[in-house]
Amino acid sequence: MIPLSYFLVFAAALFSIGLYGVLARRNAIAILMGVELMLNAVNINLVAFWRYITPTQIAGQAFAVMVFAVAAAEVAVGLALVISIYRRRNTVVADDIDLLKF
Amino acid sequence: MNVQDLYAISPLIVLVTWATLLILVDVYIIRDRNGGTPILAALGLLVAMGFAIAQTGQQYTAFNGMAVVDGFAIFLQVLFLGSGLVGIALAYNYLQRMGIERSEYYILLLYSISGMMLMAIAADLIVVFLALELLSIPLYVLAGFGRPKVEPEEAALKYFLLGAFAGGFVVYGIALAFGATATTSLAGIVQAVNAGSANLTLLSIGAALILIGLGFKVAAVPFHMWTPDVYQGAPSAVTAFMSVGAKAGGFAALLRVFVSALPELAADLSPVLWVLAALTMILGNVVAIAQGNIKRLLAYSSIAHAGYILMALVVFGNTQVSSDAVAAALFYLVAYAVTSFGAWAVVIALEKAEQKGLALDDYAGLGRKYPGLAAAMAVFMLSFTGVPPTLGFVGKLYLFRTVLEGGFIWLAVIGVLTSLVSAYYYLRIVVIMYMRDGDPQVHAEPWLRLTAGVTAVATVVLSLYAGPLFAWASQAVLKLF
Amino acid sequence: MLIEYLPIAILLVISTGLAALIVWIGNTFGPRRPTLRKSLPYESGMNPIGPGTRRMPVRFYLVAVLFILFDIEVVFFLPWAIVFRQLGLFGLIEMFVFIFILLVGYVYAWKKGALEWE
Repeated sequence: MIPLSYFLVFAAALFSIGLYGVLARRNAIAILMGVELMLNAVNINLVAFWRYITPTQIAGQAFAVMVFAVAAAEVAVGLALVISIYRRRNTVVADDIDLLKF
Repeated sequence: MNVQDLYAISPLIVLVTWATLLILVDVYIIRDRNGGTPILAALGLLVAMGFAIAQTGQQYTAFNGMAVVDGFAIFLQVLFLGSGLVGIALAYNYLQRMGIERSEYYILLLYSISGMMLMAIAADLIVVFLALELLSIPLYVLAGFGRPKVEPEEAALKYFLLGAFAGGFVVYGIALAFGATATTSLAGIVQAVNAGSANLTLLSIGAALILIGLGFKVAAVPFHMWTPDVYQGAPSAVTAFMSVGAKAGGFAALLRVFVSALPELAADLSPVLWVLAALTMILGNVVAIAQGNIKRLLAYSSIAHAGYILMALVVFGNTQVSSDAVAAALFYLVAYAVTSFGAWAVVIALEKAEQKGLALDDYAGLGRKYPGLAAAMAVFMLSFTGVPPTLGFVGKLYLFRTVLEGGFIWLAVIGVLTSLVSAYYYLRIVVIMYMRDGDPQVHAEPWLRLTAGVTAVATVVLSLYAGPLFAWASQAVLKLF
Repeated sequence: MLIEYLPIAILLVISTGLAALIVWIGNTFGPRRPTLRKSLPYESGMNPIGPGTRRMPVRFYLVAVLFILFDIEVVFFLPWAIVFRQLGLFGLIEMFVFIFILLVGYVYAWKKGALEWE
């Protein structure tokens, strides 16, 4: 059987990739995709922990379902915001959205 | 699942049902005719508050330990519902004046408050996560409520992207904590740690990630970058609600999770929180000096106040002091809420369309032309600074006392010094209002005047009767089992 | 044992190398006289009617957002369906409440005109 640590390392790598996407990309949609990668990493963690540590309880699985339902709601709000801005500004590049600079 | 479970979340059920039915009522009966929705929403908040107060003094867990009713939960629920009422009062005329009146504002407000209330009763990390998202997602939309203007939309997008990012950290931390202790229940985590079956390294990493995520929510340095932009861009009524509600919601989670579930990690995390609190106080207060826009100034001020409340969290591992610290944090949250709502009411009264009327210079001459409003603003500024006799002073007193009892002398010194720094920019507003000539334009709407007046009186009067209020907050300690 | 996979590894190396070699030979020695017709994406096929990255009307995104929301909620039906019999009447009522909440959202979207195309 594949050891638990493989899953954890994989999830950590996925989380880091998502983190990099959020920090380095300029397109708002790409940032959103980075966030989704981070949440997917969480789901891998949850399911792996469930399988290896508490296979008799359902909490880990239920939590994973919650996470991606919430993630979907978040994406819906995010996409709606992006569309709304795009209609007016014709850009989704986060750096162009700079009216409120530091 | 039994009747008591439902009774435990009865304020929440009332509020969510009310909000959901309000959508239907709004779509089918009220339509776009103005009026009804805000009043109905306020009524819903009052009913829910009645249910919350009816539970005073009770302590039990519900839903197999997923939710808990204790003094802490009831205290915070009342605070959240009250801030919702003020949020409606501030928005009532403001939305009309700015031409962005849509009844969705009130419905989203109710949903956001239901998230905060869920946070107050959360006794399981799954519920904490759900509550955090339920609190945040309506706020993202509310921040962009000023569309079709550009600034609110950008503020909303910024808030959304950073909020979702922070949510990712929180939930990753929760997943690691789950892996470390094989449970997501806060009580279960304590048991696992005490039994020695928990992987403490993994749990520390998880707790640190949760801290980062919630640090974004409460705008602690170095996770504060979004705050001034979002506070400035969002409609002021939303900002007012956000600066109190979202912050209190974040601290509800931080206090609940760290004080009740993770005191064993204090050796590792207390120094981190120490640095976080110190940085937040210093940066918030110092940068606020340079601000010329009142909304940005209040944003940095809210960062600084998050730093003061974080001081209470630093002592979370010391079980003798931690319940006092929780009480002090709750008291300070109330003081901050009252003062902050009052200040925002004044800001909203002076705000004009197109982000005008927000410069500090627009406050010149306020003392002569509108002495009542100027006096109220002066009270709020004194309370923010921490000058007696105001709530802000008493709140800081309790906070510094707990920090000293916890043995963090230098942190208290930093707190006092940064309070002195903050006097410079808070009192500058008072000076501008009274010493400089100008012709300020004020929208003296009845609800705004009422809010400013009541909060100003409360800021002074409650500080004179701070003892009973603090006693109430002291009863609001965390009980897990 | 890993050594048993050696033939596959050799095959992989040879086939990749051969493919690369053939492409390289063609590129280096072949004559290159591009014309408009030859450089079309579908040579001797359909004529392209516009750029490949055409913009979609914004309405599609609205529908997509609504789809995501209502689609994902189905995930809660699956665990419910599995333990449906154990839950009994309580589970049924619970699911009705859940569907009612979804329905309110649907009614809201409908009444606000999000489902109308024009």
